[in-house]
Amino acid sequence: MIPRFFAGVDVGASATKTVVMDSSLSLAGHSAVKSGTDFPMAAGKTLEESCAMAGIKKEDLSAVFATGYGRKTVKEAVNTKTEISCHAKGCFHNFPGRITIIDIGGQDNKIIKLAANGSRTGFQMNRKCAAGTGAFLEEMSARLDIPIEKMNRMASEAAGLVKLGSFCTVFSATEVLENIRAGKQPADIVKGIYFSMIKRVLEMDSLAGDVVMTGGVVAHNGYIVKMAERMIGRKILVPDLPQFTGALGAALFAKESM
Amino acid sequence: MTEKSRDKSGRLNASKKAGNFMKDYYLELDRAARTGEKKVAWCTSVGPAELLRAIGFSVYFPETHAAMIGAVRTASEVIGEANAAGYSPDICSYLTSDIGAYLAGASPLKKAYGIEGPPAPDVLVFNTNQCRDVQDWFLWYAEKFSVPILGIHTPVGIGTVTDDHVRTVAEQMKKMISPLEEISGTRLDPGELKRVTDLSKECSDLWKQVLETARFRPSPLSFFDAATLMGPAVVGRGTREACLVYRELVEELDQRVRTGTGAVPDERFRIYWDGMPVWGRLSDHSRLFSSLCACVVASTYCSSWIFTELDGRNPFESMARAYTELFIVRSDPYKEQYIKRMFDFFSIDGIVFHDAKTCPNNSNSRYGMPGRLRRKTGIPAIVINADLNDMRMISDEQTRTNIEAFIEQMEENGS
Repeated sequence: MIPRFFAGVDVGASATKTVVMDSSLSLAGHSAVKSGTDFPMAAGKTLEESCAMAGIKKEDLSAVFATGYGRKTVKEAVNTKTEISCHAKGCFHNFPGRITIIDIGGQDNKIIKLAANGSRTGFQMNRKCAAGTGAFLEEMSARLDIPIEKMNRMASEAAGLVKLGSFCTVFSATEVLENIRAGKQPADIVKGIYFSMIKRVLEMDSLAGDVVMTGGVVAHNGYIVKMAERMIGRKILVPDLPQFTGALGAALFAKESM
Repeated sequence: MTEKSRDKSGRLNASKKAGNFMKDYYLELDRAARTGEKKVAWCTSVGPAELLRAIGFSVYFPETHAAMIGAVRTASEVIGEANAAGYSPDICSYLTSDIGAYLAGASPLKKAYGIEGPPAPDVLVFNTNQCRDVQDWFLWYAEKFSVPILGIHTPVGIGTVTDDHVRTVAEQMKKMISPLEEISGTRLDPGELKRVTDLSKECSDLWKQVLETARFRPSPLSFFDAATLMGPAVVGRGTREACLVYRELVEELDQRVRTGTGAVPDERFRIYWDGMPVWGRLSDHSRLFSSLCACVVASTYCSSWIFTELDGRNPFESMARAYTELFIVRSDPYKEQYIKRMFDFFSIDGIVFHDAKTCPNNSNSRYGMPGRLRRKTGIPAIVINADLNDMRMISDEQTRTNIEAFIEQMEENGS
C-alpha cells in the first residue's frame, strides 16, 4: 500500500510551523520559520521543507489543514480549524487523558481543558492584552537589552526574584526600569519576568487533570516550565516539539477528513 | 468546521418600514425643535416616555443616537473629544460617543436624514434603572443647554420586585408631573396618558411576538436583525405607527416560519447573546455566525424593551413596575433564572457573553455567571471582550477565534 501523507500548517503571529505525518500517524517532517509579513510564503516554505524532510513532494500530500492567526491565508489548505481545536487535538494525541493545556504563543495564551475522552470542556484565551505572552517577553528583552536566548539561562541561574506586579506590559517595563535604578540584579529581574508571565497565565483559569505546556515560548524558554512546576506544585508534561502542537493537531484533522 | 460563504435569507421587507419610521421620527423631532411647535424632552431609553408623550412632548432618546454613532463606525473618531473634556475612556461609550459627536459637530443624523443633529432639549428626564452614567450624560447637556433635568432613581440589584419598589418609583414619576406641565405648557390629561400607555403596551406585546418567533427552528430572525429592527420599540412606544411596523413584521416572520425560511441558512447551532451588541461590528458578527451555521436567536438586550406590566388603567404603578422589573435592574440569581428560562424557550445550544469594556451594567460575565450557568444547565458559554461603541477596545481576530473555537467545540461535542 502506498503511504499517504497529511500536513498541518500553523500560521502564528510570530512563527509559522508545519508538520507532515503519514497515515500511521508518525511524524515524517516538520519546519518552522518566522511568519514575517508574507504569510502565504511562510506557509509554502515550511510545507516545502517539511515535505523534503519526509522525502515527498508537496503534491504528494493527501490533505492540508491550516490553523493559527493566519490560517485563512494558506493556499494549500483544504480546510481550517482554530488553534484552540488544533492544540487540543495535538496535545491529546501526545497525552491522552484528562488534561489542561497551557499554550504560550507569541501573541496569545490559551488554557484548554479536555475530558478523559478528549472532548473539549472549555477554553480561555487571554484578553486583548499582551500580559503573559511571548510579546511581553520580547518587549522586556528589548528594554533590558538582553537577547531572549540569554534570558532563559540568566533566569535559571538567578539567586533572587524581583516580582513585577503590573498587568500591563508598558507598566511592567516601567517597573523593570525602577528595579534597575534601585540596583537590583538583572538576572533576578529576568526571573521575575518569567514569574510574571506564568502568574498572568495561571490567572486565566483553574487547572484540572494533568497539565501540559506547549507553544513557542515554552520551546525556547525551558525555564518557564520549571518555574510553572514550582508555582503549581506538580509535574508538567511537555511534548517533544512543543512549538508544533497546533500544526500536529491540524495534520491530525487533515487525516481524519479523508 | 468548514466556513462557508453564505447569503443571508434576504432583508425583511418590514425593515424598510422600520427605517422609514425612524426617518419620520427624527424629522418630526427636528421640526419640533426648529419651529417650537412642540417642546422636546430627552429621555433615557427605559425612562418614563409615556408620561412625557402624554404631556405633549416630542420625545428624543439619546441612546439611539449613540447606537447610530456606533453603527456607522464614527464612534472611535469622536470619543476622544469627550475624553479630552474629562470623561474617561473607561465609562459608558454611548456617553462619550454622544458628547464627543456633539463637541465635534459630527452627528450621523446629517448623512442619514439631512438634519444637523439631535433636537435641542427643553427638559432632560432620566431613570437610573439601567446605570448611573445616563444621569451624568444628561447633566452635561443640561448645563450645555441651560435646561432643567429631572430624574428617577430606581433601586437596583432587585430580586423580587415588591410593592415598595413600585411605590417609590411611581411617586418619583408623579412628582415630575408639575414641573413637566410647566415646561410643556400643557396639563396632563389622564385619558391621554391611558391611551399612550395602552399603545405602549401594544407595541411592547408586538415586539415580544417578533422576538418569540425565534423559538422556531430554523429561526426566522437573528439577534442581529432584531438589533436593527428595534428602533420603533424604543423611540416609538406610545404611538400607533410603531405598532403598525411590528404588526407587519410579525406577519412576515410568521410567513417565514410557515415556509421554514431561516435567518441563517442551514441553521445548526442556536446561540443566546447576553450583553450589548458590538454596534460597529454588527454585520461582521452576523456574517461570522451565519458562516458557521450558527444563529444567534435571542438576546437579553433586545428583550429589554418588553414591558409586559404596562396598563393604561393604572399608568404610574404599571410604568414603575415595568421599568423596575427589567433584567438590568435585577439581582444575579434572578438573571440566571431568566437566562435558564430563555435557554429552554429558545432551545439554546450555547451562550455568548459580551463583556463590554465600558458597560459593566450590561456585562453579566464578571461575577462568575457563565460558570454557574454552565454547571447548572450544561450549556457551554464563551466570553468575548469588546465594547458597544469604542472600537479601540476590540481585537477582531481574538473575537473571531473565540467564536469559531466555541462553535467547533459544540460541533466536536455533538451539540
